[in-house]
Amino acid sequence: MTTYLGLPTAPAGVGHLRGSEPFPAAARRALADTQLRANLAMATTTIRRKRAAVVAELGDWEELRAAGQAAKTGMMRHLDRYLEQLEAQVQAHGGTVHWARDAVEANQIVVGLVDATGSREVVKVKSMVTDEIGLNEALAAGGITAHETDLAELIIQLGHDRPSHILVPAIHRNRAEIRQIFLREMADVDPALTDQPAALAEAARLYLRRRFLSARVGISGANFAIAETGTICVVESEGNGRMCITLPDTLITVMGIEKVLPSWADLAVFMQLLPRSSTGERMNPYTSMWTGVTPGDGPQRFHLVLVDNGRTAVLADETGRQALHCIRCSACLNVCPVYERVGGHAYGSVYPGPIGAVLSPQLTGVEENPTLPYASSLCGACYDACPVKIDIPSVLVHLRARHVQEAHRNHRLPSSEAIAMSAASWVMADPDRFAAAQRASRLGRPLGRRRGRIGQLPPPLAAWTRARDLPVPPAQTFRQWWRDEHERPS
Amino acid sequence: MRIALFVTCLADTLYPNVGRATVTLLERLGHQVEFPQGQTCCGQMHVNTGYQQQALPLVRRYVQTFKDCDVIVAPSGSCVGSVRHQHAMVARACGDEALAQRAEATGRRTFELSQLLIDVLGVDDVGAYYPHRVTYHPTCHSLRMLRVGDRPLRLLRHVQGLDLVELPDAEVCCGFGGTFALKNSDTSTAMLADKMRNVLSTRAEVCSASDSSCLMHIGGGLSRLRTGVKTVHLAEILANTEAAT
Repeated sequence: MTTYLGLPTAPAGVGHLRGSEPFPAAARRALADTQLRANLAMATTTIRRKRAAVVAELGDWEELRAAGQAAKTGMMRHLDRYLEQLEAQVQAHGGTVHWARDAVEANQIVVGLVDATGSREVVKVKSMVTDEIGLNEALAAGGITAHETDLAELIIQLGHDRPSHILVPAIHRNRAEIRQIFLREMADVDPALTDQPAALAEAARLYLRRRFLSARVGISGANFAIAETGTICVVESEGNGRMCITLPDTLITVMGIEKVLPSWADLAVFMQLLPRSSTGERMNPYTSMWTGVTPGDGPQRFHLVLVDNGRTAVLADETGRQALHCIRCSACLNVCPVYERVGGHAYGSVYPGPIGAVLSPQLTGVEENPTLPYASSLCGACYDACPVKIDIPSVLVHLRARHVQEAHRNHRLPSSEAIAMSAASWVMADPDRFAAAQRASRLGRPLGRRRGRIGQLPPPLAAWTRARDLPVPPAQTFRQWWRDEHERPS
Repeated sequence: MRIALFVTCLADTLYPNVGRATVTLLERLGHQVEFPQGQTCCGQMHVNTGYQQQALPLVRRYVQTFKDCDVIVAPSGSCVGSVRHQHAMVARACGDEALAQRAEATGRRTFELSQLLIDVLGVDDVGAYYPHRVTYHPTCHSLRMLRVGDRPLRLLRHVQGLDLVELPDAEVCCGFGGTFALKNSDTSTAMLADKMRNVLSTRAEVCSASDSSCLMHIGGGLSRLRTGVKTVHLAEILANTEAAT
C-alpha cells in the first residue's frame, strides 16, 4: 500500500478544522435539536429544488462537469508553475505576494500587514480560508476588530456562533432566532424590529454601512485566481464584498493555493458551474475581479497571501487529492442525508458535509479527524451533485483505509474491530469455515423463538437492536438447501 | 442460458428465501442456474470499513470461484457494486495487478438481478403474480453505482395483481450503510425514521428493494414499531406465480 511522506499538515491549536468530540457524539446531540432539524430540512429542500431546476436547463451539464474536473486536474499537475505565474503577474500589477506555510504563518502575515496600516479595524468579505486558519481570533489577539459583512457571517459573529454550512453559514438559524440576535447585539437597532426578512436585511444594512464607510482595510478570500493575468475573482450575492474590496485603502486577499486557474477560459467553465450548484441561480448578482492595484481607483495597496496549511500533503495522495478540486459550492451538503439531519457543527470543522468529511481529515492528517471519513452511509448523492465530479464516496473509503493503516501502526494492540474484521476475513476466505460459522449463527435462534424476531443483542450489535429488530436465523441456510435439492445422491 | 448465482453471504445466512426465489425465477424463465460452492462474501464490509488487506482474500476467492462462469447474477445491488467497482481497486491497493485485471473481467460478467433480466435476458414481464400493495425503495448502490434506473419498477409494473405505489423521496438513502448503522447508529436511525415515515405514508403492505441489507435495516425498524408492513425482496415478488400462491 501507499506510504505517505511526512508532509506538514495543518497545525493543531489554531483555526477550525478539528472538532472537540467524535462525530457520532456530536451528531447524537444535534439530532435531538428539533429547531435545527426543522430549519435544515426546510433550507436544504429549498436549495435542492432550485439547483435541480437550473441544472436541468442546461443540455450540456455533464460536459461542463467533465470540463471543470479536467481543468482542475490539469491545473493541479502544474500547481507550482501556475502559482509562480500568478505571483509574477500580481507583482507586475503593483501587488505584493506572501507565502504562508500554514495557519500560524498566514495569521502572522495578515496581522503584521494590518498593524502596518495603523488601523484597528478591518471589514471582511465572506471567506472560508480565513475561518479555516482562525484569522478573526488572531486579529483579536493582536487588538484588531474584524467585522464580518456577509449577512449570514454577521449573524454568526453577532451570535457568538460557528458557521454550519459553506454557503449559508447561518442555515441552522431561522428568522425568529436572527431577530433575537440582532435585538441583543446591535447597539442602536430599532427595538420594534420584526422578523420579516426585509426588515432584518435593512437592520443589517444600516449596521454594516457605517463599517464600510469607516474601514481602511478590507480582507477577502478568493473563489478563483487567474494565473495568466494575476486577476483575483470573488463571487457573491449581497454586494458587501464589492464594498470591502473597493472602499478601503488596503486590500488583503487570503487564498488557498489550490484556487489558482491557468486562464480566463477556465474561469468561463466555473462561472457556469458555481452559481447553479451553490445558490441554484443561473448567475450570481455580484462577480468582482481585480488585478493588482489601479492608480487612483480602489485600494492603493494590495496583498495576496497564499496559504498551504496542509494542501501540499493532500496533493501527495493520489486518490485523495481530488478533494482540492472543490469550488466550495456546497451542493454536496444540500443533497447529503447525513448533513441534512445532523447539520454542520457535528463535523467540527469549517468544512462540513461530505466535502468536509474528505477535506478536513486530509488537511489535518487522518488521525486528527478519525471519525469524519466514517460520517457517511456512502449513498453517493454527493458525487452525483458535485460540479467538478469529486468522487467523494471513493475518497471516503480510501481515507478509512488510511485510518485503519495508521491506527495499526500507532497502536501495539489491535482494536476489537480490527480483530473482528480479521476473524471475519479468515472465516470467509474459506467456504467450509464460512459454513461452520453459519451453523454457529443458528445458536441465535432461541433468542427470537418466542416472538419470531430478535429484539436485543449484546454489544457491539446492541447498536443495531437499539432501534431495529433482527430476523431469527433460518433453520437452513441457502447452501444447505441447495445441497439438499441439487446434490442429494439419487 | 447457464447462469451462476452469487447468493451473497447475507442472503445465504439470514435470507435463504431470496436465493431460492432467484433460482425459482430464473429456472421458470428457462435458464439453468448453478451455485458454485466455493463462494462466500464479496468483501464489501471490509472495504467500506477500511480493511482492504482483509478484503483481499475475499476478492481472490470471488474471482477464483467465478472464473469459468460466463454470466453471474447476485440479488444485491451493493454486492454487485462492490464486485464491479471495488474488487480491482482493492487488488491494486494491495499491489496485485494480475488479480486486478482478472477482477475487472469477472466484474464485467456480474449482474444485479434486474440488470440481468432486462439487459441480458431481455425480459420485463416475468409472468409473476403478487396481489399486494407494494412500494419500492431503489437502494443507493443500485441507483448510483450500477445505474439500474427504473429497471426494477419496469419488472414490478408487469406483475399481475400488484398495486405499485410510488415511495416519496425514494432516492434518499435509508441509513443502512453497512457498519455506518453501528458506528453512527443515531444518525442511521434518524435516516431510517424518515424512510419509514415515507413507507407508511404510501399505505403499502409491502416495502420491496433489491438489497437484503437495506431491507434488513428498513424491515428491522418496521418490525420494531409493529407497523405490520413487511419487507420483501424483489426476487421473491418476481418468483411468485398464481399457481404457487
